[in-house]
Amino acid sequence: MTGPRIRISLKLLSLVFVAGAAGCASFYEIPIETPIAAKLDVSAFQRVFIAGFLAGGTDDVDGNVETVRLLRSQLRMKSNLRVVDADVLPLMDVAVNGGAQGQAAGPAAEPREEPKPSSFKSEKDLEPYEHIFADADYWKKIGEEYQNPLIVTGTVLFTPHSQSGMVQREQEVIDPLGRRRVEPVREYMERKGFILQEKFIFIDGRSGTQIYSEALREERLYNQNDNTPALSSYFELMDEIIPRFLSTLSTQRVRGSRVLIK
Amino acid sequence: MRIRMLTVVLLVAVLSGVAYADARTDAKEQVEFGIAVAQRGLWKEAIYRWERATQIDPNYAAAFNNLAVAYEHEGMLEKAGEAYERALKLEPNNPMVRQNFELFKEIHDRTTNQNQSQTP
Repeated sequence: MTGPRIRISLKLLSLVFVAGAAGCASFYEIPIETPIAAKLDVSAFQRVFIAGFLAGGTDDVDGNVETVRLLRSQLRMKSNLRVVDADVLPLMDVAVNGGAQGQAAGPAAEPREEPKPSSFKSEKDLEPYEHIFADADYWKKIGEEYQNPLIVTGTVLFTPHSQSGMVQREQEVIDPLGRRRVEPVREYMERKGFILQEKFIFIDGRSGTQIYSEALREERLYNQNDNTPALSSYFELMDEIIPRFLSTLSTQRVRGSRVLIK
Repeated sequence: MRIRMLTVVLLVAVLSGVAYADARTDAKEQVEFGIAVAQRGLWKEAIYRWERATQIDPNYAAAFNNLAVAYEHEGMLEKAGEAYERALKLEPNNPMVRQNFELFKEIHDRTTNQNQSQTP
């Protein structure tokens, strides 16, 4: 008889205590969403054209085509701009053959062969071809073709990378009493991975002039035995880069929580 | 003469103490109302309340902290930074204000770095 009574009174007491504590609370955690304004004012544009990229690094991934596809699909989902669906520009080919001037020369001019992506090991190797981004006549012509969009172009360098050194990893061990526990273990490891360096160049399709550019870099290393395919690593690295790319064109919201105090 | 002076000084001290307590009570009311509306998502109203609180009692760290949070939520990052700094100046060892400020700085630094890495 006394047992249940004691239990009820304890429950009541704890309820009173909780209610009292809530009433007396002097701080409150609250979720917030901080808006980060877009870095570029794109209000003058209704369309965006992800044109193509100068790509290098590895022959395993077509940095130009994959980057164009991925950015277009992301912009379709996360931007108010209409995404121009057109063939990807073979930008290296255009740069090699002289941009707008080369096109003006017509088919009479003998086309030069474009170099293989793997022949570009660093950003410096791509520099001789970057004159294409300053070719306002070429971009203006492209702009006219697609109703004066915001044009996105740039460079993509996706290079294999390896590194060896001490790495800390967690190892499960069983002690003499048969208990499992996790211990940090440091060991020498050969790791392989990729570095993705992207330079995004934004061009005004009405004038053909460059209005903004941004360079981003990500790298990832894997255990040598993992045999991670180049394409899946490329997508992993792009997952990191895409939010920063999108924040150039549209306002992003960063979710978090803060404490309000009485 | 001395006794009269002492009386005046004491009176001034007591009255200013009462005025301070009144200001804190009024500011606290504004702060509490601000918290209640912020919890319902009415951040603009919360800003108005907390701004009032800081005007009534400019030494009330909690009001500046809450105001900073609201500014942050509304994307007014410069104002948020100033309000956090003011709160920390008033209560440098308040762990909640410090934690809010650290989280704010993380976002603020990221946006600043992004703007610095751009080229025209």
